Amino acid sequence: MNFEFSDDQKQLRDQARRFLAEKCPPKAVRAVLEGNALYDKALWQGLAEMGFLGVAIPEEFGGTGAGHLELCVIAEEMGRALAPVPFSSTVYLAAEALMLAGSSEQKQKWLPKIASGEAIGTLALFEGTGNPSPQAVKLSAANGVLNGVKKPVADGAIADFAIVAARNGSSGRETDIALYLVDLKAGGVEAKTLANLDPSRNQAELHFKDCKAEPLGAANEGWSILSRVLDRAAVLMAFEQVGGADRALEMGRDYALDRIAFGRPIGSFQAVKHMLADMYVSATLARSNCYYGAWALSTNAGELPEAAATARISATQAFQHCAKNNIQVHGGMGFTWEFDCHLYYRRSNALALGLGSLSYWEDQLIDRMRKKNAA
Amino acid sequence: MNFDDTPQEAAFRAEAKAWIAANAPKQYEDELRKSSLGRLVLSGANVLDVAKAWQKKKADAGWACLHWPKEYGGRGSSPIERVIWQQEEGEFGKLSRVFIIGHGMCGPTMMAYASEEQKRHYLPPLASGENIWCQLFSEPAGGSDVAGLRTRAERDGDDWIVNGQKIWTSGAHYSDYGILITRTDPTVPKHKGLTMFFLDMKSKGVEIKPIKQANGQSEFNEVYFTDVRIPDSQRLGKVDDGWNVSLTTLMNERMSIGASVATGFPELFDYCSNLMLDDGLAIDDRAVRAKLANWAVRASGLKYTAFRSISALSRGERPGPENSIGKLVAGSMIQEVATYALDLQGAAGVVSDPAQAEIEGKFQAMLLRSPATRVEGGTDEILRNIIAERVLGLPGDIRVDKDVPFNKIPTKGRG
Repeated sequence: MNFEFSDDQKQLRDQARRFLAEKCPPKAVRAVLEGNALYDKALWQGLAEMGFLGVAIPEEFGGTGAGHLELCVIAEEMGRALAPVPFSSTVYLAAEALMLAGSSEQKQKWLPKIASGEAIGTLALFEGTGNPSPQAVKLSAANGVLNGVKKPVADGAIADFAIVAARNGSSGRETDIALYLVDLKAGGVEAKTLANLDPSRNQAELHFKDCKAEPLGAANEGWSILSRVLDRAAVLMAFEQVGGADRALEMGRDYALDRIAFGRPIGSFQAVKHMLADMYVSATLARSNCYYGAWALSTNAGELPEAAATARISATQAFQHCAKNNIQVHGGMGFTWEFDCHLYYRRSNALALGLGSLSYWEDQLIDRMRKKNAA
Repeated sequence: MNFDDTPQEAAFRAEAKAWIAANAPKQYEDELRKSSLGRLVLSGANVLDVAKAWQKKKADAGWACLHWPKEYGGRGSSPIERVIWQQEEGEFGKLSRVFIIGHGMCGPTMMAYASEEQKRHYLPPLASGENIWCQLFSEPAGGSDVAGLRTRAERDGDDWIVNGQKIWTSGAHYSDYGILITRTDPTVPKHKGLTMFFLDMKSKGVEIKPIKQANGQSEFNEVYFTDVRIPDSQRLGKVDDGWNVSLTTLMNERMSIGASVATGFPELFDYCSNLMLDDGLAIDDRAVRAKLANWAVRASGLKYTAFRSISALSRGERPGPENSIGKLVAGSMIQEVATYALDLQGAAGVVSDPAQAEIEGKFQAMLLRSPATRVEGGTDEILRNIIAERVLGLPGDIRVDKDVPFNKIPTKGRG
């Protein structure tokens, strides 16, 4: 047993951290948050040049073929830096779906473009209020065309292609759900950006009107593929959340050391120290759960569904906890637009919802634990 | 990142498994499984006798104190082998509870400060459970502020004469030896005038009084010292350097990270999987599931945090203050878990009679014992201070007595 990243993986982390410190300072996040650009194009190209977009994509499809542990390492750094790019949509969702279920033509067409930064992808699953469930998918697939509305779709207004969950049967079972691959630039889809909690990332509504689509994977296996994609993305997203949690904790710690009140650093008051200690505890528990998830993801272990739900819940809680208490440590200054605390607060809450909310994953976790115990 | 055993680890596991299967006291396995924090009862047997017999059997076959050197009664195993052993020992590991302080804290302190002759004399019977050791640190005037202790040791020829009182000494009533921290110089600031010894608990002048705890049981004791004579050869470390010696003891407490801290979660999950509520199994209820999931990720987070520490130990890193997280999380969690298990029972949760209560009153016993877990071995508040100061680097508390000679610290007349 060895429960730690390797030296090479740690080097990769240092490399990613240095790169992002230079190319993605808070100023770059704010440029997207406050401006008209929907993402940071220069950063996206830079990530491609570093090989970070294709770290888990095999070499035959244009990636570096390093693997998923390496992707976890990068994901953590992306979370730490709040990178304003469609990394999770493209890499955790679209690329993973293609690698799991794509035909060789589909992989050949899209994966190299993902790795090179030419194509942005996403997953179009949700149709308004609610968590992932086959019943909630109403968008219809018939005769190779899609009709319906998906919202919110992360990075929907900037994506070049989407993996779309659609209903192509009426048996009432989850086998009615199929996945389709849609070239969003080929017509038939209209995208509208939605104002959202975290404007450093895009959220959109996609209208599909007689939109041409090609199947991804077997028609009756859509939901089972999707579930596996969500599990894989949950681990990767959890790393992003842990990266964000750690940074929010550091910001709070640094401010508590620096800020003087009542004649002493506020970090010398137990009320503040204990709040920061509790942030450390939740970030640490989440990190440890993420490591277990990373192992399960990289080995495709049977434990992945349970490990993914565990990592997802734990990391969601940790990032939300650290981001909100970072504001608390900062006091009034933490609630100004000028301080960066709200960037973490926004991101923590947006990421908490993106793959299905906490209550959904709690439910999933207990189901999976029961299944394991019954087996 | 690899959870699988290496070939050597797999071989070790197979050997441990086979030996345990052939030698463990299986007649008690069921009762051990049912036991939990606040309740360990073996019908028709004395728990201490069963624990000592199992420990001796392990020692004779080379399975005691795995990480200790062989010459002191251990096996010289790696940290990971120790974890593998604990996984395989399973329920029978609950029998080791009476040895935790001796093996986890007293033994390593002896290893660091006793003479070679003393180590060879005292450590093997400590490893084999023939001798049980306790740790005499806390006092009525020094709990979290342990350096505020008042038990005096005064030099008399080749001996020291000890007078004073200790409290919260786990297992003193069945211990053969103890390590004892005393004040040898009250005219210097409190951390500077302390000295550590070990002593025979049967020494003349040692009086042990069990404390009747809030849950009705008696695991802890008051220990009174009246003119107790301890030879200078039983001093551990230099005179007046006892504080540093005690830090070794406490750091070794953190080494015991492999020993998993009880959270109550596995018991609650089992309970909810079988409990019928009005509209079905508890575990099918959304509110119950949300609670369970929250505790599940905490329990799992603790487990894998311990695994990370063990990986660090295997790489030769020293266990640091970050290991304070285990008891901090588990302590309050087991209390919440027990409270919730009783909530699920409704009014009947109030009944604690094992003959009548749900699963023999396990959660009632857990509830009544759980306040102590948040206090013993470092309160939640002290643990948060440790994390804040020693992990996050925040300033220490303002200590008004830090540079004051001990005998000038105000006591409000309680000195």
